[in-house]
Amino acid sequence: MSVAANVSAGAHAHDEHHEHKENFITKYIFSTDHKMIGKQFLLTGMLWALIGGFLSVIFRLQLGFPEMKLEWLRPLLGEWIQVDGSLDPEFYLALVTMHGTIMVFFVLTAGLSGTFSNFLIPLQIGARDMASGFMNMLSYWFFFLSSVIMLTSLFIETGPAAGGWVVYPPLSALPQAIQGSGLGMTLWLVAMVFFIVSSLLGGINYIATVINLRTKGMSFSRLPLTIWAFFLTAVIGLLSFPVLFAAALLLVFDRSFGTSFYLSDIYIQGEALPNMGGSPILYQHLFWFLGHPEVYIVLLPALGITSEIIATNSRKPIFGYKAMIISMLGITVLSFVVWAHHMFVSGLNPFLGSIFMFLTLIIAVPSAVKVFNYLTTLWKGNIIFTPAMLFSIGLVSFFISGGLTGIFLGNSAIDIQLHDTYFVVAHFHLVMGSASFFGLMAGVYHWFPKMFGKMMDAKLGYIHFWLTFVGVYMVFFPMHYIGIAGFPRRYYSWSNFEFANSFTDLNMFVSVAAILTFVAQFVFLFNFFWSMYRGKKAPLNPWRSNTLEWTTPLEPVHGNWPGEIPTVYRWPYDYSKPGAEEDFIPQTVPYSQTPESNLPHEQQFVDEEREDAADDVVVANEHKH
Amino acid sequence: MLGFIIGIGVLLLISILLMIFRIQSLVSVVKGSDKKRATGSNKWNAALGMIFLLGTGFLFFWYSFKEFDNYQLPVASEHGVVTDGLFWTTMAVTGIVFVITHILLFWFGYKYQYKENGKALYYPDNNKLELIWTVVPAVVLALLIFTGWRAWVDITEKAPEGSEEVEIMGYQFAWAVRYPGEDKKIGDYDFRLIDGSNQFGMDLTDESSLDDFVAPNVMVLPKGKPVLFKIRSRDVLHSVFAPHFRLKMDAVPGMPTRFWFTPTKTTAEMREETGNPDFTYEIACTEVCGRSHFAMRYRVEVVEPAEYEAWLAKQSSWLSQNPEYMEKVPDDLKGVAQVIVDQEKIIQK
Repeated sequence: MSVAANVSAGAHAHDEHHEHKENFITKYIFSTDHKMIGKQFLLTGMLWALIGGFLSVIFRLQLGFPEMKLEWLRPLLGEWIQVDGSLDPEFYLALVTMHGTIMVFFVLTAGLSGTFSNFLIPLQIGARDMASGFMNMLSYWFFFLSSVIMLTSLFIETGPAAGGWVVYPPLSALPQAIQGSGLGMTLWLVAMVFFIVSSLLGGINYIATVINLRTKGMSFSRLPLTIWAFFLTAVIGLLSFPVLFAAALLLVFDRSFGTSFYLSDIYIQGEALPNMGGSPILYQHLFWFLGHPEVYIVLLPALGITSEIIATNSRKPIFGYKAMIISMLGITVLSFVVWAHHMFVSGLNPFLGSIFMFLTLIIAVPSAVKVFNYLTTLWKGNIIFTPAMLFSIGLVSFFISGGLTGIFLGNSAIDIQLHDTYFVVAHFHLVMGSASFFGLMAGVYHWFPKMFGKMMDAKLGYIHFWLTFVGVYMVFFPMHYIGIAGFPRRYYSWSNFEFANSFTDLNMFVSVAAILTFVAQFVFLFNFFWSMYRGKKAPLNPWRSNTLEWTTPLEPVHGNWPGEIPTVYRWPYDYSKPGAEEDFIPQTVPYSQTPESNLPHEQQFVDEEREDAADDVVVANEHKH
Repeated sequence: MLGFIIGIGVLLLISILLMIFRIQSLVSVVKGSDKKRATGSNKWNAALGMIFLLGTGFLFFWYSFKEFDNYQLPVASEHGVVTDGLFWTTMAVTGIVFVITHILLFWFGYKYQYKENGKALYYPDNNKLELIWTVVPAVVLALLIFTGWRAWVDITEKAPEGSEEVEIMGYQFAWAVRYPGEDKKIGDYDFRLIDGSNQFGMDLTDESSLDDFVAPNVMVLPKGKPVLFKIRSRDVLHSVFAPHFRLKMDAVPGMPTRFWFTPTKTTAEMREETGNPDFTYEIACTEVCGRSHFAMRYRVEVVEPAEYEAWLAKQSSWLSQNPEYMEKVPDDLKGVAQVIVDQEKIIQK
């Protein structure tokens, strides 16, 4: 297997490799290198995940142990712990809101897409860097700015936004309705505006890079599924985030400039407000026009990552490569026409509800296809359970469990009862939250050797996986029962209601499981930072994978490949090809070198390769003259 | 002192764990297992997958059957029976898929775990299979949706003629309920007319509002008759959720909404069915609305129609209870208003 050698031997004199003089600031802070920016997103995302997770631990304490005295949290939360040692109900709502906002946007959008789109797109398509390194840097720093503002809002006196992560007006528009709708909500909106800017700058870059900077031979039909997923994710983001921007802008107008886009007929705190003619439903339409595609912005990259990891570690081609792409395309398009299923009982015209019910359940079909394809990829494989592989299998499990409950919720007649109950909480935490989180984890374990040149400890990875996998199910599976029993979301306590005055034991169980799962993440953190400095040096291609990133040096330099960028000759999933000596054939190996394993229809590629090579010689000769 | 001891304990525990971690990684280097493509852990992980499958599979079925009566709320409306049927049909279909796919997922993991001399099957695609598992889910889903859609259309249809109309208004943080009175018509309102006593903003220039009355602290409904909830909010979003009636609809400021249903069991019957002598129908709020969102409880009592009529007759109009608002009634309606108030006085006696 002397392919890599071949490629670098063929390196021309016009070497694009030029070493920059870098200082600490240009290398680690204002870096324009996609790999460093990816790592910046990863570390910031991890920090946010810890904060978001910690917030959920606090409110799970309240839900599982309503009698508990929380004075010990006073140094951190101050007045939000009431005199009798209980959590302030308004701060409870703020916690829920910030947990949602942080997890959806800062962890699973920026932390996942930001990390892996940045890190992997140039490496896997064979590019020196992103189309615009500068824009890429801006993307991170707008995200950073947004993070700082959002974080600040946690510590102000009136508390952060508290109207749920969807921040529906009028609640989010009226500071007199809830304290969090004062300065906290303003900061939320400002932070989200910067977040959207960051997201768009990133997205435009990903799209431009995938379209324009693919190396020779890397046609769209040879792209790894990771890249397809990142590409389509960026397209979804580019089309939907501006709509959130519009929604936020109108909300800013209503809050600060006396307009009535969302406000009408309001009498609050003994005063009738002058606003007339606005519609809170308008906000919901605009919000969910982003909100639903956002689910796929979070999920698709995770699905792309697992497609790659499952194929590699099953030592089998991903089953139905084309079907996987078509279903992702289907999901991309359909994700824009299902938003109103979040609004079946919002007062929406029931006819519109019918339309959205049909559209919603159509989107279940490509999702089902993906699951069956994953299962068939495992079938008759030669499966190696790396931590990344385990997390990918975990993702498939969550995707099934959470996806199936979507069929209940997408059915408007059934949704009447289940809407805004814990059934919904269970559903989206499994299908979107945990599944995407597992995708993120799988990605970190899999590409850690490429990021830091070191191996993570596998045993700790196994421990981390099993604790988290079992923990996540212990947290979210019981919520289905609580939801079927009708327990509403965003409730500080259920004891006011007779119908919801049970299952205290189950809620306690969920809370304990949530805390254990949170603690288990420190196993990962230890492994991550320990391995970064003290881990075993990684081999060049530790998972014996086909994709291009493993042809770079152990720690890729600025520009990724020291010599010429390798040419791609085949798709990325030639694992265990009959006749081949090894159980993998990297994308850089020409068909002409593998006569023993070429399939009948692949013989023509050998001829094409010859013609291409001849052309190259001609071109090179012309250059000389 | 206790905190100090706990701190020491935690530190000790962490250092022991670190030690174990170091030892095991050194041992694996000595054994050379870190060079192998798949170590003994591979078997363990495959086996753990099967254990997980069997263990959680057992827990899932055991708990679902054992606790059925606790999480399945008794249903007390006509359409609720239909949607519950849909729910459990969907549960059966998805349950089968859930179990089968999970068995395959972990069983494949176990069966096809790495073997030194094994080779995976090169099996990149099969259009026939793809077609089957595109079409079959599509057909099954279509059937589920179609039945759901039929139910949805029936539920959201216009309320039948002669439905009992009740207005329910959400505000921070309670519900207020208004009945139409003898004329069976709920009067107009305007949020600018709201004040301390007139919490609905009732427009007394509208004749039909003169005999409207506000429910004391419980909503009484007749069994077996269609009831139309006219839902609104006067501040932020709320959502009317009556779990036993399988009813939910947002209350939106500036946009009245509605939901009609037919209660099928009186409160007394429910007390017998559930064996709970204190059973009460409840309304909760399911759209986050602020500090006391979790405390917006309202009670509903379902009674036999005759008892309902008797209850209605006993109620006195809001106007008669707030005579100072008589001056807001325009002159041409004052006569009508006076008649209503007087009549009620006779009935009360």
